[in-house]
Amino acid sequence: MTYDILEKYEMVPTVHLMKIRAPDVAKAAKAGQFIILRINETGERIPLTIADFNVDEGYVTIIFQEMGKTTKQLAKLTTDDKLQDFVGPLGQPSKIEKLGTVVLVGGGVGVAPIYPQAKAYREAGNKVISIIGARSEDLLILEDEMRNESDELYITTDDGSKGHHGFVTDIVLDLLEGDEAVDRIVAIGPPIMMRAVAGVVEPFDVETLVSLNPVMVDGTGMCGGCRVLIDGETKFACVDGPEFDARKVDFNLMMSRLGLYRPEEAEAVEVYEKECESETGCGGGCTCQ
Amino acid sequence: MSVRQPMPAQPADVRAHNFKEVALGYTQEQAVAEAERCIECKNPQCVKGCPVNIDIPAFIKSMKTSDFDSAIDKIKETNSLPAVCGRVCPQETQCEMYCILGKKEEPVAIGRLERFCADYELEKGVKAPQRAPPTGKHVAVVGSGPAGLAAASDLAKEGHEVTMFEALHSAGGVLIYGIPEFRLPKDIVQEEVDYIGQLGVDMKPGYVIGKIKTIDELKNEFDAIFLGTGAGLPNFMGIDGENLNGVYSANEFLTRVNLMKAYQFPEYDTPIKKGKHVIVVGGGNVAMDAARCALRLGADEVSIVYRRSDEELPARREEIEHAKEEGIVFRLLTNPVKILGDEKLMVTGAECVKMELGEPDDSGRRRPQVIEGSEHVVYADIVIMAIGTSPNPLIFEGAEGLEASKWGTIIVDEAGMTSIDGVCAGGDVVTGAATVISAMGAGKLAASTINEYLE
Repeated sequence: MTYDILEKYEMVPTVHLMKIRAPDVAKAAKAGQFIILRINETGERIPLTIADFNVDEGYVTIIFQEMGKTTKQLAKLTTDDKLQDFVGPLGQPSKIEKLGTVVLVGGGVGVAPIYPQAKAYREAGNKVISIIGARSEDLLILEDEMRNESDELYITTDDGSKGHHGFVTDIVLDLLEGDEAVDRIVAIGPPIMMRAVAGVVEPFDVETLVSLNPVMVDGTGMCGGCRVLIDGETKFACVDGPEFDARKVDFNLMMSRLGLYRPEEAEAVEVYEKECESETGCGGGCTCQ
Repeated sequence: MSVRQPMPAQPADVRAHNFKEVALGYTQEQAVAEAERCIECKNPQCVKGCPVNIDIPAFIKSMKTSDFDSAIDKIKETNSLPAVCGRVCPQETQCEMYCILGKKEEPVAIGRLERFCADYELEKGVKAPQRAPPTGKHVAVVGSGPAGLAAASDLAKEGHEVTMFEALHSAGGVLIYGIPEFRLPKDIVQEEVDYIGQLGVDMKPGYVIGKIKTIDELKNEFDAIFLGTGAGLPNFMGIDGENLNGVYSANEFLTRVNLMKAYQFPEYDTPIKKGKHVIVVGGGNVAMDAARCALRLGADEVSIVYRRSDEELPARREEIEHAKEEGIVFRLLTNPVKILGDEKLMVTGAECVKMELGEPDDSGRRRPQVIEGSEHVVYADIVIMAIGTSPNPLIFEGAEGLEASKWGTIIVDEAGMTSIDGVCAGGDVVTGAATVISAMGAGKLAASTINEYLE
């Protein structure tokens, strides 16, 4: 069994959107869940949060940034290619409920998993205030889509090329110090951003959730590679999460564990890029031709 | 007195550095000679030791005249996975334990003979299996490990349409992700899985039941369901430092090595940390497998840390001997109390205590007790926890009325039926972690229960 790529384009440099035909996954998917894909027989299994899904047309959308070998390889695929495996939906769905005002924070490629949450929280009758951030304007994704699904939208860039010059946490703090009551915050992005959000909300009594994306193999609770420490207790992000109370997450441990395979990732990228550059190439195995 | 034919094997110093199969299998001459040791006793006891009731005397008799075709046909009447069982069954506590020869000398090597017949057929090309006419009934089999494969095979032979759901990307369950290549080559597993496929079983890999579909939904689509989801959830000790970098569950370590082929990184994309000094905590077959994989990945020293003594090691004796021959160090009567790490949260070793054995506990094994003041550090850059697994609770998501025990196992009656009518279960998900063959026996029992239920 293989999975067709229905659509694929580069949204901003190094960030790509892909629609995968997987009707059963689309039917069962809910905001907050993730999938695991494998490109080919020698590939590794990588988890990606679901960015969107369409039951009628039977597809699931994923958005990924080129980081390691697998995402670089994925970036070279076209609609002529197929994925070997596409497993999901995995993890617990977000607990979408009517609360009042919900602040959604997406940083970098983390805007992608925030997008279905914006839709879901709005559908449930919440006022949705979204904050999306990127290093600079040309790396910002899903601005229009997020605007459509939000009652208010704030944009931040690290270099000030668009919106607020600074970090998403600046806006979070402004909102918390403002007059309007905030009932929940959901923040998804690089670990360092989620840790910063957890720090900012500390003095305030507002429920704050983050979505963790640690190293995992199977995504069903079988390997335990995705162990995270939540309030001193070991949890498996794949089955107990991926969303957890931001205040209770041991970010230092999580970030350290995320770095475990960095030398191997670098080696894999080096070998891969050499193969791509070499005249004989890899025999087309990497599909970059 | 006849002497049991020794199993040809790769020399220990060679095999410790490769992932190729350790036991090489009998030659034809050896197989016939070993078969001839069977005295064809009037009241054969061996069969009662076989969880799938192979007609052992009959297949061995055929082997005596080199009629291996009849022998494998006889085996396959009740066992769809003979190449697997011939390799990983603990025959010493099953069929061979009952062999009458065993009273005075060594029992007939029934397992090795089974393996010979299975390999003979694989080499020659497997005959397409016979199926009964279609019944028009649809059965879902959840999990493609030994229990699921055995159930699917029997159900398909009865003429039912069988759909098999597997969470991982390859069928085989623990045969694929758990048991290493050097003990059970993956192309052998694939051949056995292909045989089940030839029976018309529709394989659906990458389908996590409980997520993509629930049991409640499957009930609407199928006339009956078999749950053979195994015991895939790794246990940890609950001691300090278990989340440090470099601490693996045996499940993760073995899955990376076996299923994902991390030992061939970077040819295969999945990485694994290769330790120089590796500790494996536990004394079962999984611990031996993990230790021997770590050694083959290039470790300088691999040690098994086990809290009881050699006598209580739950692994098969053959596996323990193989591990010792390869140079695995056994730190017995030793138990870790804390995993140690550095400022980068990388594991550096384990603080351990020495144990002594006291009075027998509920399991009949002597209870290990800590020797005061025996704290010491065993240095390691990789620690692997192989202290058991539990059933995966995912299967209970959206399974209204499916009763579980306090250990998380599914409760079944003596026929393998769960608390939901038409839903059977068997294997590790019912018993907790056990053997390949007991899971297959449970799969076959459930298949016959489902047959009756569908009539």
